[in-house]
Amino acid sequence: MLKQIEGSRAVAEAIGLCRPEVICAYPITPQTHIVEGLSELVREGVIENCEYINVESEFAALSVAIGASAAGARSYTATSSQGLLFMAEAVYNAAGLGLPIVMTLGNRAIGAPINIWNDHSDSMAMRDSGWIQLHAENNQEALDLHILAFRLAEEVSCPVMVNVDGFILTHAYERVDLPRQEQVDAFLPPYEPVQVLDLADPVSIGAMVGPDAFAEVRYLAHYKQLMALERIPVLSADFREKFGRESGGLFHSYRCDDAEVVVIALGSVNGTIKDVIDEMRSGGYKIGSISITSFRPFPLVALREVLSRARKLVVVEKNLAVGLGGILSSNIRMALRGLVQPVHTVIAGLGGRPITMKSLAEVFHKAFKNELEDTHYLDLDWNAINRELDRSRAARRSGPIAENILRDLGGIEKRA
Amino acid sequence: MEEMPREQQVKFYQKGTYTVGNRLVNAKSRAVQSSITRNNSLTSGHRACQGCGEALGARYAIDAAMRACNNRVMAVNATGCLEVFTTPYPETSWQIPWLHSLFGNAAAVATGVAAATRVKGKPEIRIIAQGGDGGTTDIGFGCLSGMFERNDDVLYICYDNEGYMNTGVQRSSATPPTARTATTPAVGKEPGNVFGTGKNLPRIAMAHGIPYVATASVAALHDLEAKVTKAMSFRGARYIHIQVPCPLGWGSSPASTINVARLSVKCGLFPLFEAERGEVTSSVPIRNPIPVIDFLRTQRRFAHLMKGGEENERKIAKLQAIADENIRRYNLVRKEV
Ligand SMILES: Cc1ncc(C[n+]2csc(CCOP(=O)(O)OP(=O)(O)O)c2C)c(N)n1
Ligand code: SF4
Ligand SMILES: [Mg+2]
Repeated sequence: MLKQIEGSRAVAEAIGLCRPEVICAYPITPQTHIVEGLSELVREGVIENCEYINVESEFAALSVAIGASAAGARSYTATSSQGLLFMAEAVYNAAGLGLPIVMTLGNRAIGAPINIWNDHSDSMAMRDSGWIQLHAENNQEALDLHILAFRLAEEVSCPVMVNVDGFILTHAYERVDLPRQEQVDAFLPPYEPVQVLDLADPVSIGAMVGPDAFAEVRYLAHYKQLMALERIPVLSADFREKFGRESGGLFHSYRCDDAEVVVIALGSVNGTIKDVIDEMRSGGYKIGSISITSFRPFPLVALREVLSRARKLVVVEKNLAVGLGGILSSNIRMALRGLVQPVHTVIAGLGGRPITMKSLAEVFHKAFKNELEDTHYLDLDWNAINRELDRSRAARRSGPIAENILRDLGGIEKRA
Repeated sequence: MEEMPREQQVKFYQKGTYTVGNRLVNAKSRAVQSSITRNNSLTSGHRACQGCGEALGARYAIDAAMRACNNRVMAVNATGCLEVFTTPYPETSWQIPWLHSLFGNAAAVATGVAAATRVKGKPEIRIIAQGGDGGTTDIGFGCLSGMFERNDDVLYICYDNEGYMNTGVQRSSATPPTARTATTPAVGKEPGNVFGTGKNLPRIAMAHGIPYVATASVAALHDLEAKVTKAMSFRGARYIHIQVPCPLGWGSSPASTINVARLSVKCGLFPLFEAERGEVTSSVPIRNPIPVIDFLRTQRRFAHLMKGGEENERKIAKLQAIADENIRRYNLVRKEV
C-alpha cells in the first residue's frame, strides 16, 4: 500500500509487520518518533502479542532485548548517538551471545559538543562490535531493510543494526510502499532460536571463556559475518521476488560501468550524489557512485571487483576518525590493497552540516582535474578554525572552543 | 502441569547438621536442603573458595525457589564470583536454564526473559536475577531500580559479601565502615572503610513500594527458604538480600562461614526482616544479642580495630551504635513471651 508518511512511521509500521514480541526503548532524538509510533501500534493492538517496555536507559533497553531474545522472543530496540554509546557494553554482549536482535539507529553525531543532527559517528563507534550494520538510502529502503534485517539476523544468529540517517530520513515525509502482512509473513518465518533458555533442556549461556577458546569464538563471530555476506544478496533476491522491488543487497552501484571516477558513500547522501552525477554526466564526465548498504560485513571482494575498474575513488563520509581521517575510506583502501587507484577522503556533513550539490560538484570536478587532496573537508570554515587556533596560541586559557567558534560566527548573539 | 525431570538424588556425607537443614527433626520442619530430592540447582564441582558463603546462599535460595514453583525457574546472573566460579567454560554447575550477560544489567536482562515467557504464553516459568553486592548496589543499581519501578515479574537476589570479591576484594557501597578492603586499606588516618558512606539496599527497595523485600542469612536456613518460598508466592518485583560471608575477603576461617554469618545477625549488624509494599511486616528476633566486637573479632578485615586505643574504642562503639539502631528499628530484642 502506498502511503505518504514520515520515515520514522514507515520504520515503526515495518517493525510491526515483522511481528516483534518484545520492544524496549528509551527516547533520544531523532529516534523518538519510531518508538512513539511503536508504543501506539502496540497499545492499539495493531501489533499483537507484543510486550512494549519503557526502560530507564539505553543500557537497560538493549539488556531487556538480550534477555528476551535469549528466551526466544523476537526483540527490537532503537536508539541514536549518545544512546548507542550508553549501551555500548551491551552492544558487544548481544553480538557475542549471537542474539538476533534488530536495532534501528537514527544516526546522529556524538558530543561534546552535544549535537542532535545527523552524521555517522555513532554507528562507526560500534563498527567492530560484531553487529551487522546496514545503511538505508531512502525511506523505502529504511522500511524494507528492517524486514530483511530480522530474516538475516535470525538466519545467521547475529544482531543487525539498521542505520537510518537522523532527521534526513527519520523526519522526512516520503511516499513509501508498505507491504501487506501476508507478504511479510511469507518472507519472514517465525523466530527459531539456535540456543534458548528452556526448562526442558537447561543450558548455561554466557559462560566465562579463557585463552584456550576465546580466539576461536571470536573467529566464529567473524565467520558469521562472512556468512552474512553470502546471505545478503540471496535474501535480497528473495525480497525482490516477494515484494517486487529492489532493496538491500551489499551495495547499489549507479552509472559505474564506464565510470572513471566512482564516488562511495553510506546512507541518504547517496541521493544527492546521484543528482550531481546526473548533472556531470550530461556535461560528459564519466562518473558513477556506489551506495554501500552493508557496511558490516564489509563486501571487500565484491567492491574490489567494481572499484578496480575506475581510475579514481572519492569516498564521501559523515564521520571523522580523529587522528586518522576517514573510516569508510580506510575500509575502501583495504578493498583495493595492491591496486594503484587513489582513494580520496571527503569528510562531510558532520553534525548535520548540509551537503550541497554545489559543494559536491566542486569536489568531484577537482577529482577529474587531479586537484583533489587526499583528505578534503567539505565546506569547512577555515577562518573560524584559524581564529581559534590563533586564540589558543595567544592564551592558554582561551575559553571553551565551541563557544568561541559560535561567537566568531555570530551564532551566540544571533540566538540571544 | 507435568513434573520437570530435574530432581536428582543427593548424597549426604554428614550425619546430621544444621547446615543441611536439620534432617533430625520431623519431616515437616525440615529444610529443602535436607531433602535428598532437593534440586541441587547449583551442583558440586564449581570453583568457589572453600567455605564460600555465596555458593551456599545461591544453592539454598535457588533450590527453595525451584521447590516453591515446581522446578520452573530460570536465572539471570550478573558478573561476579558466583558467575565466574560456576561457569568456567566448558563446564557449568547450573542445573537450571541460566544466562549471564554483563555486570550491571542482570535486572534488565531478567525483565526481558520474563517478558519473553509472557508473550510465549508460559507465565508459569519464574525468573530470578542474581548478583553480588557490587552488581546490585553499585553498577547494576540503575537497571535494578528500573525493574522495581516497573514492578517487573522478577525476584532479584543479592548475595552480599560486602565487597567486590571477584576482582580481589575492593570496597563496594555495601562494605561496612572500618572494614579493610584492597581500596580501603587499613592504613592512614582513618584505616579501612569510612563511616557515613554506603547504602542500605533493602530499604531502597522498600521505597519502591514493591510487593516483597526481605533480608536473609546463610546462617538461618529455614528463614531463608521460607522467605524465598514466600517471594515466589508473589508476582511483580521482589528483592531478597542475603548476607554471605566471604572467607577470602573477610579474612575469616573457611570452616566458620556459618558461624560468622550467625554472629553478624546476633549482634544486630545484619537484621533479618521482611517488608511488603514498603512496610516492615516481620523481623527475626535475636534471643541473646552479642556485642559487635564478638562478630568483628572473627575477621581479619577488622583486625586493625583490635589493637586497642581510644580511637579504636570509639570506632567499635560507633559500630555498636549501628547495631543498636537496627535492634531498635526492627524491634529485634523482644521481651520473653
Ligand atoms: C562494567 C564492568 N566493570 C567492572 C568489571 C569488573 N568486575 C567483575 S566482577 C566485579 C566484582 C563483583 O563484585 P560483586 O558484584 O560484589 O560480586 P562478588 O564477586 O563479590 O560476589 C568487578 C568489579 C566488569 N566485569 N564489568
Ligand atoms: S572470593 Fe569470596 S565470594 Fe568469591 S568464591 Fe571466594 S569465598 Fe566465595
Ligand atoms: Mg560482593
